[in-house]
Amino acid sequence: MLSPLSPLEADALLLSLKVAFWAVLCSLPLGVMLAWILARLDFPGKSLLDGLLHLPLVLPPVVIGYLLLVALGRNGLIGKILYENFGVSIAFTWKGAVAASAVMAFPLLVRTVRLSLDAVDAKLEMAARTLGAGPWRVFFTVTLPLSIPGIIAGMVLAFARSLGEFGATITFVSNIPGQTQTLPLALYTMTQVPNGEAAAMRLCLVAIAIALLALIGANWLGKCFARHFEG
Amino acid sequence: MRVNVQRQQGTCNIDVAFQSDENGITALFGPSGAGKSSIINMVAGLQKPDSGKIYICGRCLFDSECGVNLPPDKRNVGYVFQEGLLFPHLSVKGNLLYGRRLNQSSDHGIDFDQVVNLLGIPHLLSRKPKSLSGGEKQRVAFGRAVLSNPNILLMDEPLASLDDARKEEMLPFIKDLNTRFRIPILYVSHSFEEIRTLTNHIIKLAHGKIVEIAEA
Repeated sequence: MLSPLSPLEADALLLSLKVAFWAVLCSLPLGVMLAWILARLDFPGKSLLDGLLHLPLVLPPVVIGYLLLVALGRNGLIGKILYENFGVSIAFTWKGAVAASAVMAFPLLVRTVRLSLDAVDAKLEMAARTLGAGPWRVFFTVTLPLSIPGIIAGMVLAFARSLGEFGATITFVSNIPGQTQTLPLALYTMTQVPNGEAAAMRLCLVAIAIALLALIGANWLGKCFARHFEG
Repeated sequence: MRVNVQRQQGTCNIDVAFQSDENGITALFGPSGAGKSSIINMVAGLQKPDSGKIYICGRCLFDSECGVNLPPDKRNVGYVFQEGLLFPHLSVKGNLLYGRRLNQSSDHGIDFDQVVNLLGIPHLLSRKPKSLSGGEKQRVAFGRAVLSNPNILLMDEPLASLDDARKEEMLPFIKDLNTRFRIPILYVSHSFEEIRTLTNHIIKLAHGKIVEIAEA
């Protein structure tokens, strides 16, 4: 049972890591921007934006997958333009899996970053303004450094959520071994074939190990920053 | 410095006009809720007057008639807050230099070492704000504001969080900052003792209005 991973399982693991990595990296700038907007600005339609942002958290993932297919599929609203003009199609590719994971993990990222931005004393930002720093400089030299621990926590949550993404992924990019078969999809497949129990258990243990490593890593980074502030 | 501002703030209607000479210390004195902090925040650009004019060293910072309203970072003011508000992620030196790097155009001949020595903080430069005592934090806050080469220093109850012994210690620093670097100071406090040691130019406020301008 504890034999090494088969090539198929190793592929699924590497693909999952790659998809989760890019999903977090691509959604980070937009996520931080939206979190800042929600934390610092007041405008009409704010609760609507907040609600829309949280939809992936409350909708069945299959619905998100289907919406992605409708929007980004080769005949989809945006997908068609992409395909006809640039010859790009992300449906049924690993990039599509990145999109599905990013959308599903987005609310967790924005929520966590927003909480950490809320915790930054707005008066520190005012102090920076009186010292001659414009709004952008204040953001990059005061707000951002002080919310780094929260941003890391948000990235870890989003990473873990991306690793676990199933419903939206299988709906949008299907379950193609070596191409879109991420770890959860491989695990599911193994439970559907005869004699797949050992492989399913191996993937299950790998999933637990990655999640634990991510949590421990985040904790350690958090402590590093706390120590940095106390100096 | 010429200030003439009006602002409706909750139930308090602030309406004040005063001016002071270019190099002295001007004190705003009054009970809490008199509008002292609001006035200093309007000078700093952190709050917007409903109408009025603010001129510092002949430079227009706010004028509702010509639609001028400079953002805080363009006003060239050094603000010392009651709570210090040092940046916790920067060292003392990083805090002191934060505004200095951004205001190299204006030069009042303020020397880094001179300020640090005057405030007695050379041994703290590499420390983080969290490890400083209240008095040390506030001295760094003074230094940070002065080193940004301001045209005016704004101080909002800068000693309120310190005990009496520390206050006594800090008052000479403030006077020194004013005389040595020839920067005008607008000083807010509810403690008359504190103000009387610092200056003769005292503006008494109550309910958003000036009740007395003392020039003793």
